[in-house]
Amino acid sequence: MIEGILIGLQTALSLKNILMVMMGCFFGTIIGMLPGLGPMTAIALMIPITYGFEPSTGLILMAGVYYGAVFGGSTSSILINAPGVPGTVATAFDGYPMAQQGKAGKALAIAAYSSFAGGTISAIFLLFAAPSLSKVSLAFRSPDYFALMVLGLTAVSAFSSKGQFLKAMMMVILGLMLATVGQDSLSDITRFTFNNMNLTDGISFVLVVMATFAMSEALTIILKGKDPSRATEQISLSQLGSIRLDKEERNKMLKSIPRSSVLGFLIGVLPGAGATIASFLAYGMERNYVNEEEKQKFGKGSVHGLAAPETANNAACSGSFVPLLTLGIPGSGTTAVMLGALLGFGIQPGPRLYMTNPEIFWSVIMSMYIGMVILLILNLPLIPYIARVLATPKNFLIPLILFFSVTGIYLMSFNNFDIFLMIGIAVVATFLRLYNFPMPPLILAFVLGALMEENLRRSLLISNGSFNFLWDRPLTAIILAFTIIIISWQAYKSFKK
Amino acid sequence: MRISTDKIISLLFFVLSVFYLYQTYQIQVFSFDEHAPFNAKTFPTFLAYLGMFLSVLFLVLPEKNPSKVDHKVLDYKSVSFLIVITVVYGFIILKAGFFLSTSLFLFFSYYFLGERRWVWMFALSFPFVAFFMYLLHGLLDIYLRDPFLKMLGIIG
Repeated sequence: MIEGILIGLQTALSLKNILMVMMGCFFGTIIGMLPGLGPMTAIALMIPITYGFEPSTGLILMAGVYYGAVFGGSTSSILINAPGVPGTVATAFDGYPMAQQGKAGKALAIAAYSSFAGGTISAIFLLFAAPSLSKVSLAFRSPDYFALMVLGLTAVSAFSSKGQFLKAMMMVILGLMLATVGQDSLSDITRFTFNNMNLTDGISFVLVVMATFAMSEALTIILKGKDPSRATEQISLSQLGSIRLDKEERNKMLKSIPRSSVLGFLIGVLPGAGATIASFLAYGMERNYVNEEEKQKFGKGSVHGLAAPETANNAACSGSFVPLLTLGIPGSGTTAVMLGALLGFGIQPGPRLYMTNPEIFWSVIMSMYIGMVILLILNLPLIPYIARVLATPKNFLIPLILFFSVTGIYLMSFNNFDIFLMIGIAVVATFLRLYNFPMPPLILAFVLGALMEENLRRSLLISNGSFNFLWDRPLTAIILAFTIIIISWQAYKSFKK
Repeated sequence: MRISTDKIISLLFFVLSVFYLYQTYQIQVFSFDEHAPFNAKTFPTFLAYLGMFLSVLFLVLPEKNPSKVDHKVLDYKSVSFLIVITVVYGFIILKAGFFLSTSLFLFFSYYFLGERRWVWMFALSFPFVAFFMYLLHGLLDIYLRDPFLKMLGIIG
C-alpha cells in the first residue's frame, strides 16, 4: 500500500495535475454555486476537455470539479438560501440564518473547515477501505455483478425520486433502452439504428449526459423564468463579515465533525444514497446528540447544524468513490458520469484497477487530499470574489452553457447529427423533468447498460439459459434480497400514503 | 374523468416499449444463435416487457401526488427560440465553419433572451469564440474545419 501511496503522490503532485485540481476546484465552485447547476452538469461540461489528457489527469480534474461543485453549492445555500446542489439543502437550514445575522463569513468558514475535515477523514477511510474491498470484490462473479447492478439501479431510483419510485424505474428502463442502440458487443449485429450509419456505434455517453443535464438544465432555467442573479439582491456580497471563528465555535464544530464524517462516508458507500441523504441524516443525528439549549438553536444559525451536514456531504462524496473504484459500479449519478468518462479512456474500473492501473487508483485518492487543501486555502479567501458569479445574468449564462454543450459534442465527432440528437434528447428530458421524472437513474442505467447485458449474457450462458444463477450463489442471493427489500419498502411507503 | 399528464407520459412510455419490442423482433440474429440461451435479442426483450409492465403499473395504480405544472408561467417562447437557433446552428456549422456559426449563435441567443447591452453581446460572441478557437488550435492542437476563415486566409 505504501508503494501505491507513493505512486499516487508522485502522479498527483506533478505540476500539471496540481494545476488540474486547482482548475477543477475553481470551476467546480463557480458552476456548483449557480442554483440548478450541480456537480453532474459541471463534470459533464468538463468531459470533452479531459479527453485531451491522460486518464489519471482527466479523473483528477473531474474529482476537483466534484468537490468544488459541492463546496460552491454550500456557498449559495449560505449566502442566498438557494442551494446549488441537493446535497447542500441542509446547509441552508442554519447557514442562511447565520448569514442574515451578519455572520456570513463565519458560516462560510465553518462550511469550508467542515468540508475539509469531512473530506479528509473520509479520504483516509477510502485509503484503507478501497484496497481491502478490491481484494474482496475479486471473488465477485458475473451473477453477483449483475445482481449488484440491479441493486444499484433500484437504490438510485428509490433515493433520487422523492416518492416517485415508478417514474424513476421507468427512467432506468429508458436509459437501458438507449444503451442498446448500436452494435451488439459480441455478435456485432446492429440494433435499433433504423439504418442510420450515425447510430451504428451507439449513442455517445457524453451526448446523453450533456443533453439530460447541461442542456436540459439550461432550457429548464429559461422555461421556468428563474434568474439566479436575482437572488444576489438578497444579500450584499461585499459585506460577509469576519471569517475568524472564536473558541466556542471551534469547539462546537470539532465535536460535530468526527461523527458526521463516519456517517457521511458510510452513507456515501451505499449505492444510491449520496451527499443529500448523508447531509439530512447528519443534521438529524446532530440534533439528537446536542443538549436541549443547543437543540433550540437549530434552524436559527446553529454551528452544529451547519457543521454536521457540511461534513457529511463531503464525506459522502469520498465514500461514493469506493464502489466506483473497487467494483466498477457507480453508486450515484455523479460517479456514473465519471465511470462513463473512464470507459471513454478505455479503462474499466473494478477490482483489478488497483493492480492494472495503480497510478489512476492512487492518484485519484491522493488528489482528494490536495483538492481539500486547495478548497480551503484558495477558495475560502476568494469566496467574496467568486460569489460575484452569482450575479451573472442568465441572458449570458444560458447561451454560454448551450455553447459549451454543443461544442463539446461537436468536437468529439465533427458531425452535426450528434447536435440534432442532443437537442432532441434535451427537449424530451426537459419535458420529463417538468413532471418530476428524475434523470440520474437514466444516466446510471445508460452507463451500466452494456456491462449489465454482458454480465447477464455470461450468467445465462454458464447456467445454460436457466435463471437459477440468481439464487445459486449465496452472494448473488443476498444482493438480490437487498433489492427486494428496497422494492418492498417503496411499495409499503406508497400504500401507506 | 381527467387523466393527469403523468399518466399520459406513462401511456407514451407503454407505446414506446411496444414499439421497442416490435423492433427487437426485427433484429436479425445469426441462425446458429437463434436458440442460444442468450443472443442480441434477449436483453432488449426483457427491457421491453419490463417497460410495459412498469408503465401499466403506473397507469392502473391510483396517483397520490400528480405533478402540477402551471403552463401559464412557463416561458415557452424563449425556449422555442433557443431550440430553433440551436438547430439552425447545427445546420450551418459545417457549411459556414465554427467561428462564424458559433459567434452568430451566441450573439442571437443573447438577443432573443432579451439582452441589449451590445458591447457585452459582441465581446462574448466574436472575440470570445476567436479566443476559444485559439485555445483549441494553438494550445490543444485540435483542428477545426472552417471554410470561412480559410477563405479569409486566417487558417490553412
